[in-house]
Amino acid sequence: MTDTPAIELVGISKAFGPVQANKDISIRVMHGTIHGIIGENGAGKSTLMSILYGFYKADAGEIFINGQKTQIPDSQAAISAGIGMVFQHFKLVENFTVLENVVLGAEDGWRLGPSLSKARRQLKQLADDYDLNVDPDARIEDIGVGMQQRVEILKALYRDANILILDEPTGVLTPAEADQLFRILERLKEEGKTIILITHKLREIMEITDTVSVMRRGQMTATVKTSETSPPELAELMVGRKVLLRVDKKPAAPGKSVLEVKDLRVVDVKGVQRLRGVSFEVRAGEILGIAGVAGNGQSELLEVLGGYEKGTGTILLNGEPLDLTGAASDGQTRRARGIAHVPEDRQHEGLIMNFTAWENVALGYHNDPKYQTNALFMNNAALRADTEAKMKRFDVRPPDPSLAAKNFSGGNQQKIVLAREIERNPDLLLIGQPTRGVDIGAIEFIHQQIVALRDQGKAILLVSVELDEIMSLSDRIAVMFDGRIMGERLPAETNAGELGLLMAGVAGEAA
Amino acid sequence: MEKMPKWADVVLIPVISLLLAGILSGLVILAIGEDPIKALWIMFDGAFGSKYNWGYTLYYATNFIFTGLAVAVAFHARMFNIGGEGQAALGGLGVALVCIFIPWPHWSLAILGAIVGSALFGAAWALIPAYLQAKRGSHIVITTIMFNFIASALLNYLLIGALKPIGMMEPATGKFPAATHLPSFHEMLAPLGISFSKGAPANISFLIAIAACVFVWALIWKTRLGYQIRQFGESESAARYAGTSPTKIILVSMTLSGALAGMMALNNVMGEAERLVMNATEGAGFIGIAVALMGRSHPVGVFLAAILFGALYQGGAILSQDTNIPVQLVLVIQALVIMLTGALDNMVRAPLEKMFLAFRRAPKPAPKPTPAE
Repeated sequence: MTDTPAIELVGISKAFGPVQANKDISIRVMHGTIHGIIGENGAGKSTLMSILYGFYKADAGEIFINGQKTQIPDSQAAISAGIGMVFQHFKLVENFTVLENVVLGAEDGWRLGPSLSKARRQLKQLADDYDLNVDPDARIEDIGVGMQQRVEILKALYRDANILILDEPTGVLTPAEADQLFRILERLKEEGKTIILITHKLREIMEITDTVSVMRRGQMTATVKTSETSPPELAELMVGRKVLLRVDKKPAAPGKSVLEVKDLRVVDVKGVQRLRGVSFEVRAGEILGIAGVAGNGQSELLEVLGGYEKGTGTILLNGEPLDLTGAASDGQTRRARGIAHVPEDRQHEGLIMNFTAWENVALGYHNDPKYQTNALFMNNAALRADTEAKMKRFDVRPPDPSLAAKNFSGGNQQKIVLAREIERNPDLLLIGQPTRGVDIGAIEFIHQQIVALRDQGKAILLVSVELDEIMSLSDRIAVMFDGRIMGERLPAETNAGELGLLMAGVAGEAA
Repeated sequence: MEKMPKWADVVLIPVISLLLAGILSGLVILAIGEDPIKALWIMFDGAFGSKYNWGYTLYYATNFIFTGLAVAVAFHARMFNIGGEGQAALGGLGVALVCIFIPWPHWSLAILGAIVGSALFGAAWALIPAYLQAKRGSHIVITTIMFNFIASALLNYLLIGALKPIGMMEPATGKFPAATHLPSFHEMLAPLGISFSKGAPANISFLIAIAACVFVWALIWKTRLGYQIRQFGESESAARYAGTSPTKIILVSMTLSGALAGMMALNNVMGEAERLVMNATEGAGFIGIAVALMGRSHPVGVFLAAILFGALYQGGAILSQDTNIPVQLVLVIQALVIMLTGALDNMVRAPLEKMFLAFRRAPKPAPKPTPAE
């Protein structure tokens, strides 16, 4: 390859108010390489890429594309400079066909026909060149997530992108789909494309990148050759201290059955079956992990158990049935019965972003007599004091109960939710995506809290799309696909490959 | 991080909006060949220049406090109650029925009855759209607007029929009995040795409006119900997670909202007109929306914004009376204020936020970066 880097950023800085999101970042990405950018949430990866793609304007610094100094005021400029971006959340029109999505925004004239037939020819060419086979006439809503991602890549290539940026591309994929994606990226690299891969998963960096840059708190802490580094070293560079990548825990000592779910079914408002007869059991003192790609019924399962989705079937808590449809099927009754719930979506369910920390500590527990002065008024002072104590015990930073939830980092937000739920001393803890959007340092703490609760003899139902997390925390693993449980495995007796097959719906023994 | 200090959000933005409205109004007045400084002075003097003028300003303000609070309470639950006008009209019906058909011995009892009557009728009128929203998903904005028309038609029907005394030539009820007469400011202040204009309509319901402000403040920020209302307003999904019933919150918040709007009738129907006439609300229900927006849905803000709009109303009336500036232009000035303080809030906010950001960043000296790698 030539010596001129495909992309060179020099001294990029960007501040949002007092927050310095990017601080004097310089980076060189050579032609025909896969360059990883890794860092915790909030480290500034996305800001940097948004600057490169013209969404933000840098406060300082220069961008060179193929050695040419380039101004990128908007995404149109980025596209004409040969940069394509595949977002974490796809920007596709659901009820358009693949072809229409590819052409969208790149039509040649006022007549659609010529553009479409030209695109059809080019798509065929691209498919031949890069092994990117997609049916051009399929509707987006009818094809799988992996295919949708290919459409995004095709969109970029159709616009003559030579530099492809992928933002957390595997978040929504099964392990098998992720492997396919990596094969495509390898192929693109062989054909001379330059790829920037943004991720927080160490495994992916090690597997596919040639070089990797680590970001921490808005700064580039290191750029190294992937072959000359190791996951522990990268983790340390990301966090700034040594991190335990494995969870330390004793073997489980399961006791009596706490939660028994039998033939649970949920049909959503559109009439789509979300749960198609799910049965499992969680015992005291054990963690049952539910693995699966997002959107296969895990959310609905948690919502039914948490009391804000209706279902049919039987759920026994400590041997007593739960009301699944009637007046006692709400979150208040569930809490009174001893179910605590750390929801998957912290920002829309677990917390109210504009509320202060202490107001959030009352979320779901506003009827607690401890928080009332009398029948009319809430005891805000007691609530504040309680919050302050909780924040201390869970090391929430800053420990200011009057700060709005939106002003805490993801990890600290999650700690507030955890403190609220765990300190209720529940019989059963439902916990969804406990470490989504949480920095590595806080992940360690959160995992320890979950294991500690288990060791107190509580039952824990863990739902996570992070297979690593499921494998390291769970005492038993159930895999969900399309509203069913495909099988149960013991962590010691299975591996990512087998679980990945189950997650993709390749039948194991039905549970 | 917060983008702006709170004082800028609460004080600076409304003040700048008002200044802009003043400047624009001045230009409009200039365009028709009048002296803007003089005109604005006449408006100011007309609103605050004498006890008589004050009396009118506070009378209008009382209406706007009730309707402003109504919009504010609903807004805390993310319900946009556009139906204040209709709810206040129905509140008037409630007051009229209470005053005409119950023989009250004294105003102090009559006002209690009227509070119940106006609040009940206003609440009932808001409850129907609320039910349709909660159970049927009919959008509250659409239904409350339509209910304004229905309210207006209903009152017209009653005022030319059942409620009109035989032989009366205009569509209105007869005068309420003397025992239901509410003390005006003049009558309230005289025993204290303070003289107040006899002709001004401000009356004791102003105090009830202030009490309503305190009530709303305590409800929203100090009670469990208020907490649940805010919870639902901020995030419906979080409220569902917490086990707060959306149906209950929609019904309760809209009922309270309608009751507050209905209570406006204590002022305009019972306190001022002392009978129910057609279109007694005179648009106060809609002004309530602007008042709540400008007051940031906080009772203190609503109170201040209501005084401002009361002054605009009264000052505007004097302006069209004392100068050649036509009434329509006074409406334009009022509309400019509503537009700038309510609807165009972001026009002032966005640049101001940018300014604050730039200001905050500037003092920090950028450390000389060491080259990476």
